[in-house]
Amino acid sequence: MAESQDLPSIGPNSGPDIAAALTRQFISFRVGDDEFAIDIMAVREIKGWTETTVLPNQQDYMLGVLNLRGTIVPIFDLRCRFGLGLTTATRSHVVIIVAISGRLLGLLVDAVSDILTVNAADIRPVPDVDQPIDNAFLAGIIPVGDGMVVLLSLENLFANHGPANTAVAA
Amino acid sequence: MSTPTFGSDELAQFRRTFFEECTELLADLEERLGALVVSSSDVESLNAIFRAVHSVKAGAGAFGYTVLVGFAHRFEALLDRLRDGKAELDERTLVSLVAAADVFSALVDLARQGEVPADDFGADVAEELAILLGSETAPRPAARSPGSAAEELPASKEKTYRIIFRPNAELFRRANEPLYLLRELKTLGALAVDCDLSRLPSFETFNADDSYLGWTMTLRSDCSPDAIAEVFEFVDNECVLTIAEADATEAKPDEAAPAIAASSKPTIVAPSSPSESKPAESKSAGKTGSISSIRVDLYRVDRLVNMVGELVIAQAMLAQQFIESRDHDDPAANQGFEHLAGLTRELQECVMAIRMQPVKSVFSRMPRLVRDVGHKTGKDVRLEMAGEQTEVDKTVIEELADPLTHMIRNAVDHGIEDAEVRLAAGKPAEGVIRLSAQHAGSNILIHVEDDGAGLDRDRLLAKATEKGIVSANVKLSGEEIDELIFAPGFSTAAAVTDVSGRGVGMDVVRRNVQALGGRVQVTSTAGKGTRFTLVIPLTLAVLDGMVVAVGWEKYILPLTSIVESFRPGRGQIRVIPGGGEVVSIRGEFVRLIHLARVFGVSEAVTDPCEGLVVLIELANGSKLGVVVDELIGQQQVVIKSLQDNYDPVPGISGATILGNGRVALIVDIEELTRLYDRNVRIADATTRPMAANA
Repeated sequence: MAESQDLPSIGPNSGPDIAAALTRQFISFRVGDDEFAIDIMAVREIKGWTETTVLPNQQDYMLGVLNLRGTIVPIFDLRCRFGLGLTTATRSHVVIIVAISGRLLGLLVDAVSDILTVNAADIRPVPDVDQPIDNAFLAGIIPVGDGMVVLLSLENLFANHGPANTAVAA
Repeated sequence: MSTPTFGSDELAQFRRTFFEECTELLADLEERLGALVVSSSDVESLNAIFRAVHSVKAGAGAFGYTVLVGFAHRFEALLDRLRDGKAELDERTLVSLVAAADVFSALVDLARQGEVPADDFGADVAEELAILLGSETAPRPAARSPGSAAEELPASKEKTYRIIFRPNAELFRRANEPLYLLRELKTLGALAVDCDLSRLPSFETFNADDSYLGWTMTLRSDCSPDAIAEVFEFVDNECVLTIAEADATEAKPDEAAPAIAASSKPTIVAPSSPSESKPAESKSAGKTGSISSIRVDLYRVDRLVNMVGELVIAQAMLAQQFIESRDHDDPAANQGFEHLAGLTRELQECVMAIRMQPVKSVFSRMPRLVRDVGHKTGKDVRLEMAGEQTEVDKTVIEELADPLTHMIRNAVDHGIEDAEVRLAAGKPAEGVIRLSAQHAGSNILIHVEDDGAGLDRDRLLAKATEKGIVSANVKLSGEEIDELIFAPGFSTAAAVTDVSGRGVGMDVVRRNVQALGGRVQVTSTAGKGTRFTLVIPLTLAVLDGMVVAVGWEKYILPLTSIVESFRPGRGQIRVIPGGGEVVSIRGEFVRLIHLARVFGVSEAVTDPCEGLVVLIELANGSKLGVVVDELIGQQQVVIKSLQDNYDPVPGISGATILGNGRVALIVDIEELTRLYDRNVRIADATTRPMAANA
């Protein structure tokens, strides 16, 4: 299933030039003890946590909205989105503002770690293992040193982030 | 020196301008068409319609929309005959004109979307036009199809015109091309052209943007001098033009007279604006006073509105910071802040006013809709309109078109009875629909009223029960039954007619209106008629709001819906079986809704006697008591959409930014009861699964 990600497939004949052209950059950040990464092209801004205005009757991980210089931006708790409980946000927590399919949204994370420059060929598919985080959120694994960073699929994370209204009859 | 060829950007820009103009012209056409009455000789309206069609045609020709041009040609020909009194405006012709206008605007739409219409598009209408044109004894060719003119004519009616055309140097810069004019002239009859090169300068001083040539032409045709002048309609302020009859002996005196009289110095001068933007209106300008408006890209206006919105917020933030600062009792600074607040507010009003337009542009489409639908359903219906000049935000106007169209169509199809039924009920055979608009505070009220049979409550209820919209054992009040027509999936039409039942129901109307932050309500009297009332905010950009506190959160209630607020005494509150709460105020019992419970806010006041009850009036006229912790104050807020970056949130119509920079949510009061009922019902379903009524 992970092979279906739209990562460029590198054939055996690909020369070094092509591989170099396929270098991608990611921003890595920490949620709990784990390192995650998202495509740097999606990131618009990184800012410290400020109190949000809570929207009524939303999923737990939807923390409310912020005023980003006149634009109303929804903020999501990434830890909670993974089903690992709510973050008790403090001023040292960080909100990463990203643009996904024309919309701006903010991700609450513990801290931003690094900018990773990765050869596309080095991104490994996610093995299908039993884990608390839904596999659909994961786009791949980037080996860094002797550890690894999990690449997130923002589209899948927030494809269906609306209010919990599926149970309501019309 | 600029290059005379246009880049694709420029061309796209021209095309955009053309379609903008088309929209205006078509709206005008529509309005004029609506004003036409059978067997009248409203030459002014016919002229206006003709000009609109002609202007679109001219532009369409320039962009090569040949199908559109072809159709416009026939349309125009018929209009021309009508305004010359050579054809009579009978019922059939009027119907065809309306149909032709439809095809015409559909063709413009297709052109706008860059689609090529199918070959047989509008063929039936075109054929009908041809029949109408052919059925009269034609003193001159119906359509000026090339080549046909000269041969088909009785020679005795032909006249010889001498036309001298000397364009000004600016001609090309106004996007005109004399070649097209000459070609157009050629379609009128046999044309001989002599080019005048005398003004051509030496090559060194030659400017490629200037026009140097002139033409002297001889035209043999049976057409009137007006028809020739019309060819030059778009350049008449860019040239010196002389049209004179060279051989007056053959001509009938009445037709020839103006040409001869004018031949001494028949220079056609259009004194109005030098711009080419509204050529079709230049003739009427003298009558209505000169046009003093400019065309501005909507994007620029929107940007201005947004910037001023930001300014208002910034001003509020600054003022709040000042009040909290230690200099807040400095009188000079206070005065300055007050002045700034006043200016900001005034500026905002000015900017909002830019977007305001009379609802006329939507209303004017309705007379012909009524006539159209009346015709199809065989009903005799008259439309009365009032308050067309009432102004409202342009975006609101655009969004009004669909709901109004639907409601008017419904009123004719379902509201007004057949003539026999009306006569039997002692009413005049002709039904009346009243459409009116007026301002009410920061809202616009639009009424759609018919004098038909009123809503048939028994049938509504039966239908709703049958469709499972209400359960059989529920007892509904008359008003609640009337409200059923807004339920999704509800249509009472016994048979799906061509007119109604196209899949859009009153639920869509309500949704559209609610999307505008408005509400729609219905009142109906059996045998007397039905009245729909739309209450819509004048603008989508600002709202007069009351800031209320609930727990740690602050919400905005729309001020226009608030009747009053009060702290009830113990004796005023009653808990009714089933968990509901009512408050008694001046003998009236009003349902209470805790905002904190609806929105799940913790740490809020739970006892209404310790908080405040804000009494609000809903669109359907019923009242509701909203329990909040306290009122913070009244404030004009700039509405921000939540939906730019997030999904719709039930119970929240939008958001705004308060003086402290925090986001506050604007409560959608119409949704509150539904939301509350849902929450209660869900709660009931979990605790008492067989709850009879919530």
